[in-house]
Amino acid sequence: MRVLRNLIVAVLMTVVTTALFGFGYPLVVTGLAQWLFPAQANGSLIVRDGRLIGSRLLGQPFSADRYFHPRPSAAGPAGYDPTASGGTNLGPTSKALIDAVRARVAAARSDNPGTPVPVDLVTSSGSGLDPDLSPAAALFQVPRVARARGAGPAAVRQLVEAHIEGRQLGFLGEPRVNVLELNLALDAQFPVRH
Amino acid sequence: MTANGWLQIALYLALIAAITPLTGRFMTRVFNRERTWLDPVLRPVERLIYRSTGVDEAHEMRWTEYAMAMLLFSVVSMLLLYAIERLQYWLPWNPQHLPGVPPELAFNTAASFTTNTNWQAYAGETTMSYLTQMAGLAYHNFASAAVGIVLAIAFIRGIAQKEKDALGNFWVDLVRCLLWVLLPLCLVFSLVLVSQGVVQNLRPYDTATLVDPQTVTTTGQAGTTQTQVVRSQVIAQGPVASQEAIKELGTNGGGFFNANSAHPFENPTPLSNYLEMLAIFALASGLTWTLGDMTGSRGHGWAVWAAMAFLFLAGVTTAYWAEAQGNPLLTAAGADQHVTALCPGGNMEGKEVRFGIADSALFATVTTDASCGAVNSLHDSYTPIGGLVPLVNIMLGEVIFGGVGAGMYGMLVFIVLAVFIAGLMVGRTPEYLGKKIEAYDVKMAMLYVLIFPLVILTLAAVSVLFPFGTSSLGNAGPHGLSEILYAFSSGTGNNGSAFAGLNANTPWYDLSIGLATLVGRFLMIVPMLAIAGSLGRKKRVPPSSGTFPVTTPLFATLLVGVVVIVGALTFFPALSLGPVVEHLLMLKGQVF
Repeated sequence: MRVLRNLIVAVLMTVVTTALFGFGYPLVVTGLAQWLFPAQANGSLIVRDGRLIGSRLLGQPFSADRYFHPRPSAAGPAGYDPTASGGTNLGPTSKALIDAVRARVAAARSDNPGTPVPVDLVTSSGSGLDPDLSPAAALFQVPRVARARGAGPAAVRQLVEAHIEGRQLGFLGEPRVNVLELNLALDAQFPVRH
Repeated sequence: MTANGWLQIALYLALIAAITPLTGRFMTRVFNRERTWLDPVLRPVERLIYRSTGVDEAHEMRWTEYAMAMLLFSVVSMLLLYAIERLQYWLPWNPQHLPGVPPELAFNTAASFTTNTNWQAYAGETTMSYLTQMAGLAYHNFASAAVGIVLAIAFIRGIAQKEKDALGNFWVDLVRCLLWVLLPLCLVFSLVLVSQGVVQNLRPYDTATLVDPQTVTTTGQAGTTQTQVVRSQVIAQGPVASQEAIKELGTNGGGFFNANSAHPFENPTPLSNYLEMLAIFALASGLTWTLGDMTGSRGHGWAVWAAMAFLFLAGVTTAYWAEAQGNPLLTAAGADQHVTALCPGGNMEGKEVRFGIADSALFATVTTDASCGAVNSLHDSYTPIGGLVPLVNIMLGEVIFGGVGAGMYGMLVFIVLAVFIAGLMVGRTPEYLGKKIEAYDVKMAMLYVLIFPLVILTLAAVSVLFPFGTSSLGNAGPHGLSEILYAFSSGTGNNGSAFAGLNANTPWYDLSIGLATLVGRFLMIVPMLAIAGSLGRKKRVPPSSGTFPVTTPLFATLLVGVVVIVGALTFFPALSLGPVVEHLLMLKGQVF
């Protein structure tokens, strides 16, 4: 008898609470978010000349010499695919990981010989969508980018330094450079003739 | 390691200590059915829910009925989730036209979300429709968190009351927890997250044009290479913030996206990251205050808090040290892991630049101390010792603040054992806050403690013996064993984080881990509630000179000792073949 009573309550309770918390709550939050923070709620999108270029929060693949390259990405074959977010999941003693890092270090050194290669430049992020580089990893690429654009390294370096975001509130997280924003500024300031 | 890193960790613990009385006192009032400032709004809603579901507010339940109601609610809501997953193709809010979820995966996911595990053998952005995410998965984030909290409250009532059979009314506790505790916090928190950049919409995915189109060469079957130009980026969207808030506050941990809290749309800034970590401990830590409040011994609440805080600090210190130290094999490969003002250094594989080493190690510790399982970095790619910390945290039973409610009642079982052992040492009948701990209580406590390793070690042993287990491995060598151990610890412990190199979406892992989550939740709740019922019926004996005080540093130390020794005795042999031996081989330069 008591089992049956509680079973009926369980069914009704599931229905009522699903209506409240499965529909009511997320829809109210969606409404408030769209009203209060429309840009953030829709993905912090960057639109240029009416065309969607990306999101300032999501990294994009760059491989041309004239651009700053983001970190390696395991998300999708070209990397930085937001429908396939994730990392390599390779362990610390994985031969595949160590070999890949060694190859990336070799490639990086040919761009900028004699400078230590910052670890974040040659390892993949957890999301595969990391929008940032450490300032060291961005500065490391200045000689190559300047060369490819025929620009002065000092001017390019200055642009990178202007794009360094410090720790949030002065102490949270790590200093970083948003690669997509940096590359867009690069195109604006040092255009390349095609 | 940097001074700034330590500052973030120290401030984190200080803030948790400050939050504890706030959430703790509020929960005491809510579950004692006292007036709160939210009553004018919520009381009418509460009454309406009781009227429409036929709940009698005045009815009190014995532990058996409390357990039955909890089980019935879990079964019914789990079946609904399974149905939503299977039918999502025909349901609304599916702009990407995702097909129904296959049966094994749907079972695994339903079990995992009902048990507050949120183990995910799928990638959210390509598997679950918006409707499934909201009404199925996010809903269970609320329901399973509330179930955990009210079970802990029932246990605390058992300790606090005397010569009384009933532990409260499951339905009333559930509804009050949902309305008063979880809903207001989540509404505020989700909007704060949106302000940082977490998305919240029901739009179809956007397509962006790449600034620098990519030419990709992929090798197909039979070694043929294919060249393809990628010109666009599809940006996955969804109602993320509303789920993100309850995912942390309810220690659920199931990410909207595959990359979980590493994904910039779930965790865009260092501030959102810090708030998510605070949210994971906020309620679990508050429950130590509630324990002190309801049993009339604030000092006991703080003693339990101190034991938890000590274990937390031990974990985070070890993980931070190991990750900041980096991986010697990466140094040998030519990567510079030194910390400078311009580079976080350390083992950055699987970590985000905006979080760096300190916030990643802290998150990994917090999420596994609690049974949360959200991740902002990939535990699989941690150094062996760095990855050992989350694994051990789970194996200790997730009682270091723990999952909401589940951590509290888990720790209460360890307290019963600690008091019992103290009683044995001085040769007196052990008492806990005036309740005699007798044979029945200790038997139930041991049952609770033994079910856990039995499930983990048995299923892990089967998995390493047969190809259906080993063919899923993402890494070779001792790291492979770590992946399997982690999977079953995470499932049975209702954590949900993973050494995600293991491909867990196979019939064997879907079914075995799904089963492990159910056993690890419900089979352990029954002996726990039995202790609560037994304690509730007992007389209260006044403290005497032979009573072991449970408010002292000595008690906190003994409690830490019991937790560590039980965990270490059970799991050390398995751990020594996984992370420990991998650490030694890494130092020798061996790769697999």
